[in-house]
Amino acid sequence: MLTHHIPVLELRAVSKTYASRKVLSNLSFTLAAGEYVAIMGDSGVGKSTLLNLIAGLDTQDSGDILVNGHILSASDETAATGLRRKYFGFIFQAFHVLPHLTLLQNVSLPLLLNDMPLDRAAAMLTAVGLKGRDDAFPYQLSGGELQRVAIARALVHRPRLILADEPTGNLDPETAQEILRLIQTEIKENDAAAILVTHSRAAAATADKRLMLTTDGLTETRS
Amino acid sequence: MNRQLLSRWLLLGEWRARRLQLLVAIIAIMLGVALGFSIHLVNTAAVNEFSAASKSLTGLSDLTVVAAQPTFDERRFSEIMQYPEVTQASPILEMTVGVPANQETLRSPELKIIGLDVFRAAAITPDLLGLAEDGRQFDTLAEDALFLSPAAMEWLAIQQGDKLTLALGAKLVTLRVAGGLVRASAGQRIGVMDIGAAQWHFDHVGLLSRIELKLHSGVNLETFKTKLAKQLGEGFLLMEGAHQDARIRNLSRAYRVNLNILALVALFTGAFLVFSSQVLAAVRRRPQIALLRVLGMSRQQLLYQLLLEGGLLGTIGALLGLMLGYLLAAAGLYFYGADLGAGFFTGMAPSLHFSSMAALLYFLAGVGVTLLGSFLPAWEATRTQPALVLKSGSEHETLTVLRFPWLAGGCLLLAAVFVQLPSVDELPVFGYLAVALLLIGGLALLPWLASVFFGRLLKLHNRHPKGAVHTLVLARLSNASGLAAIALGGVLASFSLMVAMAIMVMSFRVSVENWLTYVLPADIYVRTVIRQDARGFTQDEQQLLTSIAGIERIDLMRSQQILLDPDRPMVTLIARPIDTQQPANTLPMTDAALSPDALPAGTVPIWVSEAMVDLYQFTVGRKIKLPLGNHAQTFVVAGVWRDYGRQFGAIQIQLADYRKLTGDMHIGDAAIWIKNSEDINEIIRNLHTLPFEGNLKISPRNEIRETSLALFDRSFTVTYLLELIAVGVGLLGVAASFSAQALTRIKEFGMLSHIGFTQRQIRHMLMTEGGLLTGFGIMIGFVLGVAISLILVFVINPQSFRWTMQLHLPLSWLAIMAFAMLSASMLSVYQASKQAISHNVVRAVKEDW
Repeated sequence: MLTHHIPVLELRAVSKTYASRKVLSNLSFTLAAGEYVAIMGDSGVGKSTLLNLIAGLDTQDSGDILVNGHILSASDETAATGLRRKYFGFIFQAFHVLPHLTLLQNVSLPLLLNDMPLDRAAAMLTAVGLKGRDDAFPYQLSGGELQRVAIARALVHRPRLILADEPTGNLDPETAQEILRLIQTEIKENDAAAILVTHSRAAAATADKRLMLTTDGLTETRS
Repeated sequence: MNRQLLSRWLLLGEWRARRLQLLVAIIAIMLGVALGFSIHLVNTAAVNEFSAASKSLTGLSDLTVVAAQPTFDERRFSEIMQYPEVTQASPILEMTVGVPANQETLRSPELKIIGLDVFRAAAITPDLLGLAEDGRQFDTLAEDALFLSPAAMEWLAIQQGDKLTLALGAKLVTLRVAGGLVRASAGQRIGVMDIGAAQWHFDHVGLLSRIELKLHSGVNLETFKTKLAKQLGEGFLLMEGAHQDARIRNLSRAYRVNLNILALVALFTGAFLVFSSQVLAAVRRRPQIALLRVLGMSRQQLLYQLLLEGGLLGTIGALLGLMLGYLLAAAGLYFYGADLGAGFFTGMAPSLHFSSMAALLYFLAGVGVTLLGSFLPAWEATRTQPALVLKSGSEHETLTVLRFPWLAGGCLLLAAVFVQLPSVDELPVFGYLAVALLLIGGLALLPWLASVFFGRLLKLHNRHPKGAVHTLVLARLSNASGLAAIALGGVLASFSLMVAMAIMVMSFRVSVENWLTYVLPADIYVRTVIRQDARGFTQDEQQLLTSIAGIERIDLMRSQQILLDPDRPMVTLIARPIDTQQPANTLPMTDAALSPDALPAGTVPIWVSEAMVDLYQFTVGRKIKLPLGNHAQTFVVAGVWRDYGRQFGAIQIQLADYRKLTGDMHIGDAAIWIKNSEDINEIIRNLHTLPFEGNLKISPRNEIRETSLALFDRSFTVTYLLELIAVGVGLLGVAASFSAQALTRIKEFGMLSHIGFTQRQIRHMLMTEGGLLTGFGIMIGFVLGVAISLILVFVINPQSFRWTMQLHLPLSWLAIMAFAMLSASMLSVYQASKQAISHNVVRAVKEDW
């Protein structure tokens, strides 16, 4: 229970520059357990960069990133991979499911990587509305269904933090709403914190808090 | 457990996804391992069988005394017996005789006859004793009794009690088959008789071929050898078992090594195929690999997974290869014989034995090359940034890491240095390495070359643009040259090997044809039933030969085998009339020759083959001592000639000099020029009227020429077969890589369909790309192939077989091969394009991979 008092994510004065273009400057931000925030912003402002830094897929020029109390910048690549494996769940715009694995196998991947029992995979598929489709292959699914598989995979190992990068960008508005509701429900049911990066105000509206990323940093917005 | 399950899921998923490519890779590895293993098995069977047969002839002997010449005076035997170190000594007369009755039915109608002293041989070579019929124990001493090995009896279709007529020179000897031998190697064809009877029947009275010695225990062999060698003088050599083994191995070593190298080429082509297949798989799987990295799979785990996939391919391919190799070896032995048609081992029928050590080595080689082919793409795939990869459009960035201009430059430079280096242990190790470096360098240079070439083409095209299809094709080839190089690599490797081998074989064949024209100037050639007959024709018989009507000129020749180094096969000494002033009138001379005026007065000239220069350093002008006659004589090397018939060296000497020095007036061959007015068939009929015509082998020039060329082609059959398989594997690679590339671009084709490209245009685009790529690959492959052929012709062949040849470019053949290669690859592009554009275009653009 003590771990719930530690922020899931803390950014301390993080800066990142790409080829002399300052993308993030002195950015600080804290995310508590169970908190669901949406980050919006113009194209190229650094939303994806921020997610990559948080996931340990890229390194900041200065500042610290703490995941569940562990300083990510102090971790070597193996340790960062370990943190990512244990604490993170990812949902992408382009679904990214492995085409030659069944749905159940796709959802089981994080469990296998974390040496956890596989029982929860089927339950997660049921939870996202894909009951009985365990042995189907991705090519047999629609875009919305593929994103459900990705959500199940992101949550199956009970990660502390979900990073969702434009998860509805490839979906029609109706399916998008359905998926956003599902993300929200599943995040809450699994007691995870989440960062949703999106252009869509409708999508952002499903989050507890909406932040706008600009060159000046993150500011909370009501709209 | 979970990790293993994950590994299994990923592996099976991947294998389901690209069954065809994996099957092709497995076939490639299987063929490479099968060829290498089968050649090894056949070679080992042949050498072991030949070695066992030779050992059975020397039995328990500690030391063998032989002369450099085929025979020596038997008085040496009693001298040697005086040595207190010698406990047993067995004198032996060994010769090869003809079987005239079977001249037409048997491919090589010759039988080895061993004459021995039964009482002395019992202690040293007990296996060679004859098994007489019950009640006829003294047959072992009988002058008409011959004991045959089971293989010889079967081969001659003869039984105990039958008569067998043998020929030596013009003399016929009829013997009684008195029984079998105590023991003989399987397939060994020999006959044993009493030594006195053999000397008498075969005109070798007072002569021995060798003496087998058994020494007292405790005698220091080296000390005794030194003492005995000093006593015996220069014309003798002392041989131990190791010498015999070395001699047998040297007999076919270069040929065996060459076949092994060709088999390795097939394996290398297979490894390259695995490499290209893994690279393309890595390109296709980049986002999947990136996802796994994002989900928390470490680089090491991924690398292990990818190598495991490659290693499993290798394991399956290698295991299948071992099975196929064994079957191929059995078939090779059955259809081509122990030397796979090269003619090194005659008179034996070796059996195949499975060697677990060799199987393990070839298995490891198969798995090893697959891992090697998988490593670079796997390493490249795991080191890319997952965040970048998960954005689409980064495929072309793949393989930038595989561009090694420094590697290409280094390889080509090193190859240039290696071709200058001499052989290692008489094998062209650096030559082979130079070929490998040229291939690797050429492959490594491809992306850069393709980028430059297609970049220029694009610039040219942009000046006068001709439609979107061509612009797209050239832009892709120019900008994504790394991917293009993968497909090109298969074309380059296959075509350069085809070109190199075609040039080498045709150069060799044309050289042999020219050589045959040179060395066969006469109209008819006459010889004894077997070559280098120990007796030949006496002067009376020569007189009968020369008196045949219609002959304008007759050159008489005597040839025999002499032993100059106990570790090496024998050298052929040929005595014949030679134009001393203009030796090129008689011999196919190289440029190395001494001017007749430069011959030191009082010295006897000899002309040596190229092999003698390499193996014995018989350079022009050098004074050489050769054991001819009773004492070693000094000769001067007056010139070097080209000899494609005797790989282990030959020396030519004036017949008059030979007769003067040795007193041997016999001859074995005659070259006959007929008068212009005469009919060749009439002369041949006249030759058949000679009293010893049954012992003659009469061949018109054209017949010898045709037989020689047929033998040449036969000896290259296995080479052609290996080359064909290597090329086949390369073509499979081309087909597999085109198909895999087309499949990785389904999304691109979907996008093109959306913006208005018709299926026909997309197919046109793919075909144009394939045609341009293959054409470029053929062009570079031709240059590389010619470079490799130069190494084969001017480095590897002279260092392996010790003969030089003229370069011949079979341009029409090469054009046909280029056309065949282009057609084959266009066909595979067509198939691949059909498969790729059949995908649903809407789905293609939606798919994230």
